[in-house]
Amino acid sequence: MRVGPSVEKCGQMRFITAEAKASAGRLDGKMREKTLTMDTLNPQVKAVEYAVRGPIVLKAGEIERYLEEGGTKPFSEVIKANIGDAHAMGQQPITFLRQVVALCTFPELMDSPSFPEDAKWRARRILQGCGGHSLGSYSASPGVECIRKDIAAYIEQRDEGVPSDWENIYLTTGASDGIMTILRLLVSGKDSSRTGVMIPIPQYPLYSAAISEMDAVQVNYYLDEDNCWALDINELHRAYQAAKQHCQPRVICIINPGNPTGQVQSKKCIEEVLHFAYEENLFVMSDEVYQDNVYAPDCQFHSFKKVLYEMGPEYFSSVELVSFHSTSKGYTGECGFRGGYMEVINMDPEVKAQLVKLLSVRLCPPLAGQAAMDVIVNPPQPEEHTFKQFHQEKSSVLGALAEKAKLTEQILNSVPGIKCNPVQGSMYAFPRIFIPPKAVEEAKALGMQPDMLYCLRLLEETGICVVPGSGFGQKDRTYHFRMTILPSIEKLNVLLGKVRDFHISFLKEYSGLEWDEI
Amino acid sequence: MQTVKGIGVRASLVCCEAGAAGRGFRLVLKPSLSGIHGDTMTENGCEYRDRVLTMDTMNPNVKRVEYAVRGPIVQRAVQIERELKMGIKKPFTEVIKANIGDCHAMGQKPITFFRQVLALCSYPDLLEDSKFPEDAKSRARRILQACGGGSLGAYSTSQGIEMIRQDIARYIEQRDGGITCDPDNIYLSTGASDAIVTMLKLLVSGEGMSRTGVMISIPQYPLYSAALADLGAVQISYYLDEDNCWSLDISELRHALQEAKKHCSPRALCIINPGNPTGQVQSRQCIEDVIRFAAAEKLFLMADEVYQDNVYADGCKFHSFKKVLFEMGLEYSEKVELASFHSTSKCYMGECGFRGGYMEVVNLDPEVKVQLTKLVSVRLCPPVPGQALLDVVVNPPQPDEPSYDTFIKERTDTLATLAEKASMTQEILNQVPGIKCNPVQGAMYTFPRIHLPPKAILEAKEKGQVPDMFYCMKLLEETGICLVPGSGFGQRDGTYHFRMTILPPKEKLKIVLAKIKEFHQHFMEQYS
Repeated sequence: MRVGPSVEKCGQMRFITAEAKASAGRLDGKMREKTLTMDTLNPQVKAVEYAVRGPIVLKAGEIERYLEEGGTKPFSEVIKANIGDAHAMGQQPITFLRQVVALCTFPELMDSPSFPEDAKWRARRILQGCGGHSLGSYSASPGVECIRKDIAAYIEQRDEGVPSDWENIYLTTGASDGIMTILRLLVSGKDSSRTGVMIPIPQYPLYSAAISEMDAVQVNYYLDEDNCWALDINELHRAYQAAKQHCQPRVICIINPGNPTGQVQSKKCIEEVLHFAYEENLFVMSDEVYQDNVYAPDCQFHSFKKVLYEMGPEYFSSVELVSFHSTSKGYTGECGFRGGYMEVINMDPEVKAQLVKLLSVRLCPPLAGQAAMDVIVNPPQPEEHTFKQFHQEKSSVLGALAEKAKLTEQILNSVPGIKCNPVQGSMYAFPRIFIPPKAVEEAKALGMQPDMLYCLRLLEETGICVVPGSGFGQKDRTYHFRMTILPSIEKLNVLLGKVRDFHISFLKEYSGLEWDEI
Repeated sequence: MQTVKGIGVRASLVCCEAGAAGRGFRLVLKPSLSGIHGDTMTENGCEYRDRVLTMDTMNPNVKRVEYAVRGPIVQRAVQIERELKMGIKKPFTEVIKANIGDCHAMGQKPITFFRQVLALCSYPDLLEDSKFPEDAKSRARRILQACGGGSLGAYSTSQGIEMIRQDIARYIEQRDGGITCDPDNIYLSTGASDAIVTMLKLLVSGEGMSRTGVMISIPQYPLYSAALADLGAVQISYYLDEDNCWSLDISELRHALQEAKKHCSPRALCIINPGNPTGQVQSRQCIEDVIRFAAAEKLFLMADEVYQDNVYADGCKFHSFKKVLFEMGLEYSEKVELASFHSTSKCYMGECGFRGGYMEVVNLDPEVKVQLTKLVSVRLCPPVPGQALLDVVVNPPQPDEPSYDTFIKERTDTLATLAEKASMTQEILNQVPGIKCNPVQGAMYTFPRIHLPPKAILEAKEKGQVPDMFYCMKLLEETGICLVPGSGFGQRDGTYHFRMTILPPKEKLKIVLAKIKEFHQHFMEQYS
């Protein structure tokens, strides 16, 4: 049991007197002063920023309520393109997945003829892995054993036979939970030995938020916008060397396919990253939640695990790697279930025991999410009854996404002052926007980032909610926004048209130029 | 060894890995690249280099975290289960996990209505199925309407679905005799644990003398000590009064606080009512005293009320901290900062796996509330099926609805059986010489005191084990019953306890208690 620091250690008299004075002062005047205020709040919490649900989204909520209450705006609805929330954007759930979850939830349905046998078979198997055959019992903290085994089998198949041990698989509450947990293990040291975490810029702000919360050092490496947001190994070296001056870089985080940048890493690039991690002795965290979301015909998803294996045993037996996956993305888009897993490779066995201990404090990931994960890794097979329907639903979701990725890139690139890299994968476009100097000045006068001003204006005038690039990080004096490509094709067309019109009028307003001069 | 499986060099590596595994080295097979590291070393002919993440480099706060409810004894229990499956002979045929309040795993049946609504939400095609009652369908429709795209698969707002927060607020108002509850003060969570850790995270600040101290009861539910260790906060222990049915003694609170003020800045007071692991139910008077104390000492109150429906003893009643606070008048109700926690995992629902829960915050500084909302937004949202479940828990069938009778019957049966098991557990344990058990007034556990002979204590010490861990391990090995040693929850020096849940079905519980009785008698004989 932990006790406080000893009195000897911190008990210089002057501190004690100072403390006594301070509390006396409180008693005199401010009886109503709260215990928990901005002054006493955990400073690391204060430092946390999470733009995807930041001020712009709060504003969007306000406008929605205003509209509901009968207020008028130049638009009739708010379109939340700020987050990769597939079902909220009208994507339909995969029937088979929901059938299995419903069967698990209410097992009386096993007798219902309207459910296919292959769904029932999977539900029975999942329930057999649950305590008391109920989704309502806790699972083991790393997850239900048979689901972990299914995940390992899935990974082996995905990686064409590279072995995966089910005891290296840990189910999580969405991928975010797994990422936070691993970072928590890694953060230690003080001052120049404090853990540095290398993250791409632009990044998904979960990383910067977690790093702030844990008071680790964020080490930025910039993706190459001119080269389709590719990762440049020289930039990794630069960032690492610079960071070594003031912290101890111990982790490198990769998001592939990229969020918010939508690039898909080449195999060669992954090899370079792994070699770099090997050379510099870095722990690798590979966020692969968009592994099924690859659209560009010349791109292919390569898992870090598989590439590591193919680089040979000197790498495969030594580089510490954790990769993350989730039910929220891919073709299922089941964000609300908070399902996910991570695979942990080459972790020190003692540390692994610590990991299990840490996970056990939160008891277990939600069982419904674990069940959903199981369906994703163990989908209907060609000989099974539901295969055709499942396959058709899956390809139609992924086909539509590919089409929308192309459409978004094309329309955005037709707008003067917007430049958009191809959306090779994931679910977002992260176009660069030209913001005239006058608008930049106005934003500064308002104490706000220029792209925040831009996005707020876009929201106010069109009802479209996108996230300013500053929330993800970007090179100085460049501006972007992130928008998801998830709305239906019709809606996306309308949305992109509105963005175009807005951008043109914004440019006109702030550069005082006529349309044909732009 | 799994990592090198299939490469074809497995056999030759075994000895190296085994020798180095515990010391944070990893195996390197002759790196063929230039620039071999300075920290590479050779042992037994194989080369190693430091891993990045070892016990030495790991976050030291994580190392300090302990969580006995799923600790070494439970790991051993799982191992024994595997051994039984492999056909290894034991003096018992199954492991009974009485270590955790896991209702359904112990055979408790889910409430039909809840599961119907959840199935309807998961697979809305069922809304056309005539076998589902209308009241379940209307609730499912209402929940789905509040979800993005009408789907449980969409993220909700980070604070939780607004309609569900409104339902929870109404439920709290009804529970508390009309005291108002603002839905904006409700935050849904991933089980109660998540919300407790989040609130503690906000509260922890300062260095040295001004580091936040958090008062927790001893014995406590080890989530608290684990979270405090993880956050690097100072744990301030106040002892519950075992001789007085584990009641909370205000003079003990005062004493603990005065001592703590010498080395940290006490800022929060955690209360678990009904008690876990101790099963006491706080009197209204006691709650008032605690609130006065918190007000005078400017402590943030955290009331863990996840067992609020689990009250069995005659004369005991659950009083929410919120209600008592507001009945004490404006002087308190406008001042004392309170967060109270509830969950779908306990009570009569026992739906642990859905990880549903909520907290209500009262008098939280508005700016801090913004920070709280920001912090929870990083995790996006609590699981939506858990939120849906919580909605039905706070909005169950009404007397004029078709599912009402079944619902009431299922709920009453579950709670009545628990009450029966609570008194049975206390009676049987108190018959055993050397075991003394307070009444299980509420919650789901008994935390009896066990007398351990000096010889046993000595043997435990020789083995480097805490005496009650030694006892529980022996019990597990000899009977297959898995309990948690009292040391995992904290206890007064020189006293020993274990926690066991009262959840097994009556017949099984009888057997468990009889086996414990027999084991304890045999243990006493062996060591006297």
